[in-house]
Amino acid sequence: MALVEIRKVNKSFQRDAQSIEVFQNLTLDFEAESFTALMGPSGSGKSTLLNLVAGLDRPTSGSITVGGANVSVMSSTQLAAWRARHIGFVFQSFNLLPVLTAYQNVELPLLLTGLSRKDRDERIRIALGVVGLDDRMHHYPRQLSGGQEQRTAIARAIVGDPTLILLDEPTGQLDAKSSQEVLALLRRLNDEFKKTIIIVTHDAHAAERAKSILHLEKGDLVEKAGSAA
Amino acid sequence: MKYLPLVLANLGRHKLRTVLTIASVALALFLFASLRTVVTTLAATAQFGGARRLVATNSTGIVFPLPIAYANRLKAVPGVQGVSWANWFGGRYGDGKRFFANFAVDPESYLAMYPEIVIPPDQKEAFLHDRGSALIGERLLTQFGWKLGQDVTLQGTIFPGDWTFTIRAVYHPTDPVIGDDVLIFHHEMFDERIGRAGIAGWFIVQIDNPDNAPAIAKSIDDLFRNSSAPTKTGTEREFQSSFATMWGNVSLLMGTIGLAVVFAILLVTANAMMMSARERTGEIAVLKTIGFSDRMLFALVMVEAGALALSGAAIGLGGAKALYQATKFNGLGFLPGFNVTSATLLLGAAVAVALMLASGLVPAMRAARLPVVEALRHVE
Repeated sequence: MALVEIRKVNKSFQRDAQSIEVFQNLTLDFEAESFTALMGPSGSGKSTLLNLVAGLDRPTSGSITVGGANVSVMSSTQLAAWRARHIGFVFQSFNLLPVLTAYQNVELPLLLTGLSRKDRDERIRIALGVVGLDDRMHHYPRQLSGGQEQRTAIARAIVGDPTLILLDEPTGQLDAKSSQEVLALLRRLNDEFKKTIIIVTHDAHAAERAKSILHLEKGDLVEKAGSAA
Repeated sequence: MKYLPLVLANLGRHKLRTVLTIASVALALFLFASLRTVVTTLAATAQFGGARRLVATNSTGIVFPLPIAYANRLKAVPGVQGVSWANWFGGRYGDGKRFFANFAVDPESYLAMYPEIVIPPDQKEAFLHDRGSALIGERLLTQFGWKLGQDVTLQGTIFPGDWTFTIRAVYHPTDPVIGDDVLIFHHEMFDERIGRAGIAGWFIVQIDNPDNAPAIAKSIDDLFRNSSAPTKTGTEREFQSSFATMWGNVSLLMGTIGLAVVFAILLVTANAMMMSARERTGEIAVLKTIGFSDRMLFALVMVEAGALALSGAAIGLGGAKALYQATKFNGLGFLPGFNVTSATLLLGAAVAVALMLASGLVPAMRAARLPVVEALRHVE
């Protein structure tokens, strides 16, 4: 059984009087421990798909099941709790809270758990160690480079040991060197820590680091390819 | 507690704005406490008065005197146990900028009627036996650095000239409404200096039974109804109330100003909170993505609003209480016993809570209801 099962999903947006169809009867699976890149032109529905899988948005019809949980029927409160436990989300523009240190940013998802301070501290140090930022943990985002900020965001995404890590254009604002570092880190998370990863990207080089690539065009899956990486 | 660093970090995001918001709330509640204390002090003053004391004044107005000869006729009214009299003097001391009340009284009868004025027995004796002496409130002693036995000179305003008195006694009032900054001197000396005019500003009449007050007051007024100086007699409380009402409807005025100030500050605080929440639309969306629930974000914004309002309240209300207590403020003697009461502090705290709810509710609800995908689109 796949970790993520998308079944006959329709998604439309209302813009003024016009209804814009993003997906029509989309059916798709993501296997556990897979590393998938979602590619496609702007407006093809990549980010919308990511939002639907993360439970940030709801399908107009159809169902999305992640790890056996049907996220399309959950209330907003249930979704928030579910996301806290099962989803790690990484944004293109890092979206760290500027008033918190790297350590405090990584701690945010753990505040929602019942972990003790000591256990939280242990997990934060491990997560920051995995992304190679244990020597920057008390730096504020403004004191970090773009690559370091994104690695902090990845640490925040993995600290709760989520079922699924979703990344929306994680290298979009990084230089080539930082991009490679982040992509290598993602690959390591998949290979070593067996994390299931879905990454949305425009960057073919980034997509090549994934184990499989999906192409979306106007809401349709047009091609499925394995990566040589 | 684990969310405290997040709340503090958000409050510290714009330190100047946070400080100014807290300062504005503090100032508003300081003013609120001050204005309300004026009202409560005036109300306490209006409530002052022994149940067995009546005051008779000239029916035309308190500025018009009564013949001192009325004293004997008053003593003869059934139910009257004692009579005393006093005259407002209105003298100034020093540069005249620091005002305190001073009046001439018939010392023996006056002090007998006011057990609230406590004087060491030896000093009382000294004051009673020296016609040129003065009895002063303990505050005057510290305010001007006066000493027992020292001569002090007042400049008469209603009754011109320099008036010198020897301080023979210092009193402590057991009821703060009496005030601890009054100078009292002998009416006999006063009468002598003004050429034996034989006038009294008002009479204080001690009666046997408080229940008889209306009947005795009527008897007194009837007694002088057809004289050249008819009286208006009432309880001491009514007499004090008439002073309070001389200020106009102070309670309404102060209350209105207080409400206007609090409302203005509410707008300032609400604006600051809304600005703060609006600036963080993207961050709120990120927190929702991480798993923070709508309820949690609502609570966090409310806690921020609460921290601002309650910090301001603590500074404003605590500051008012401490300042007036430390300076023994009494409004130049017009507001004796000026003290920010516990009721005022509680009311101020309630205002702060209301302020928190009113200023935090809109941004908190906005944060809770924020559609995360739409907000993220703006961020990304």
